[in-house]
Amino acid sequence: MAAISLRKLRKTFGELTVVHDIDLEIADKEFIILVGPSGCGKSTTLRMIAGLEDVSSGDLIIGDLIVNDVAAKDRDIAMVFQNYALYPHMTVYKNMAFGLELRRAPRDEVDRKVREAAEILDITYLLNRKPKALSGGQRQRVALGRAMVRSPEVFLLDEPLSNLDAKLRATMRAEITKLHRSLNATFIYVTHDQVEAMTMADRIVVMQDGHIQQVAKPQDLYDNPVNLFVASFIGAPQMNFYPVTIRETDAGFAVDFGGTLLPLPPRLTPENLAPYEGQEVTLGLRPEAFFERMTSEHDPDMFAQLDGVVDYAEPMGPEIHLNFAVQGHSTTARLSPRFAARPGDTVTLHVDMSMAHLFDPKSERSLMAGPAA
Amino acid sequence: MTVTIKRAPKARFNWGKIATYVIVILVSLTMLAPFVWMLSASLKLNRDVFAFPIEWIPSEPRWRNYVDIWSKIPLGLFVYNTAKLTVIVTVLQLLTSSFAAYAFAKLRFPYRNALFLAYIATIAMPWQVYMVPQFLMMREFGLNNTHLALICLQAFTAFGVFLMRQFYMSIPDELCEAARIDGMSEYGIWRRIMLPLSMPALSTLTIFTFVNTWNDFLGPLIYLTRTELKTIQIGIRMFISQYSAEYGLIMAASVVALIPVLIVFLALQRFFVEGIASTGLKG
Repeated sequence: MAAISLRKLRKTFGELTVVHDIDLEIADKEFIILVGPSGCGKSTTLRMIAGLEDVSSGDLIIGDLIVNDVAAKDRDIAMVFQNYALYPHMTVYKNMAFGLELRRAPRDEVDRKVREAAEILDITYLLNRKPKALSGGQRQRVALGRAMVRSPEVFLLDEPLSNLDAKLRATMRAEITKLHRSLNATFIYVTHDQVEAMTMADRIVVMQDGHIQQVAKPQDLYDNPVNLFVASFIGAPQMNFYPVTIRETDAGFAVDFGGTLLPLPPRLTPENLAPYEGQEVTLGLRPEAFFERMTSEHDPDMFAQLDGVVDYAEPMGPEIHLNFAVQGHSTTARLSPRFAARPGDTVTLHVDMSMAHLFDPKSERSLMAGPAA
Repeated sequence: MTVTIKRAPKARFNWGKIATYVIVILVSLTMLAPFVWMLSASLKLNRDVFAFPIEWIPSEPRWRNYVDIWSKIPLGLFVYNTAKLTVIVTVLQLLTSSFAAYAFAKLRFPYRNALFLAYIATIAMPWQVYMVPQFLMMREFGLNNTHLALICLQAFTAFGVFLMRQFYMSIPDELCEAARIDGMSEYGIWRRIMLPLSMPALSTLTIFTFVNTWNDFLGPLIYLTRTELKTIQIGIRMFISQYSAEYGLIMAASVVALIPVLIVFLALQRFFVEGIASTGLKG
């Protein structure tokens, strides 16, 4: 059993507080990803769980034990570092065996475990090499293998893929997900890459400035961001934002965007909207809310038209990212690659307002999330 | 429009480069001259040593000088004393320097940087300033005329700690952290991770310490007055008597004294050059 609880966990360096009293419950065998921009406290949190940083205040509980004062080596964890941290003067075999040997495991058991892990990671042929003679991807596998042989309850991974090239990263993502399934352990993974977070996690923890912004399953996080930060951090290209005013019309609530009235989806209830009537709020639209034309599948009541001046288009292969200005607000739309537009053209796009998000510009919280707790 | 393709002109005769080479060669010769003079003087009779113009290659080389030096003074004993002191001091310095450097580079404790600064600030204090009070103190301890006095004084150096610490700073902290999670104690990390990785820095420090201790003149001069304790550098002075000096023999003994230093330097110079180049540079 290795459920992990962070209770009011805080880390300060002198005057500076980098992790502010965070609470988080991580279930046994869960794959949880801490994501956020650099300096958001995600690595520090991971290092506190690892026992590499002292906990300034609060409790860190692994299983049923408060481990604040337990040394890293006695926490039954293994860690994979961003720069691999392989011992340069030892062979791959020795690197993987080292932790077990220090724990005085019998020689044949060490050998069996190292070979097993090497087999799974497909690095048996590298066992006699030194780290210097390995490529980045191979080093990463060895680092994973070193963590695996100890069969710990908890795996901590600190940006393990950020030194790999894009293609290898995609392969390793899939492998780590598989590894998590087969190892039956709790994984805590830190990254600044939201694609890694979305693709691998059971649940994602979004952090900013030492605070947890939102904890949710990947799709929930994408569909229902609780605030402007999460909305803009998750999703690439990022969500487009516009200042709009809430108006009550005969047909219910709508938003006024520079004179154009846009409908609002039913999930934004009158209770959500009434307090903001006549006030300015922030409208958020993801790039995929824009269409060249409406089809029969679309609900015409939820659609509106917006005109814009094309700035530039980025062909991505299966789609293009069209950058244009709507009433002076820079916007990115995800369109079919056959959409032809040149810089300076005026285009009219259809917007699916059922995908709209509204945020309070002051508290930055989603109107659906209700007032801040 | 057609574009005519021209070949960029080859670099022409470079007078600047030639001047540089000439200067460098002249400086090298100036450096080497005393050494060559010493070699040549070691093969001469005392009266020929200062003959002018200098006879660089003696017409009748006096190889006997190299035999006489061993019998006229107890040179063998001096070599043994020097070797003993040098080896002990070098080993101790490597140990203490790398050990302290590990703490200064990789452990977190209060006032670490202030302590380190205070320690290396002692490099700025010339030994001549405090050697007399230090001598009085050692005499109080009853260590006058013992090798132990020199060993105690030279086993710790701020320079060695500084050199090793700068090297350790270039070794990523993650290695220590990985080792901690693997279950190693701090002593274990120092011995099994840091030491094997710091061969270049250790070699550099070995050369520095070995050469310094072997060539040390002032230290043994102050602390060692009994003949059977003397090192080679002060032992050679026995060729100088009240009214005369055996320059040929002095030079021969000096050449002999130089050999171990040369051997150590040549054996470790590959690491030494690497060490100098990488100290504090690898980010």
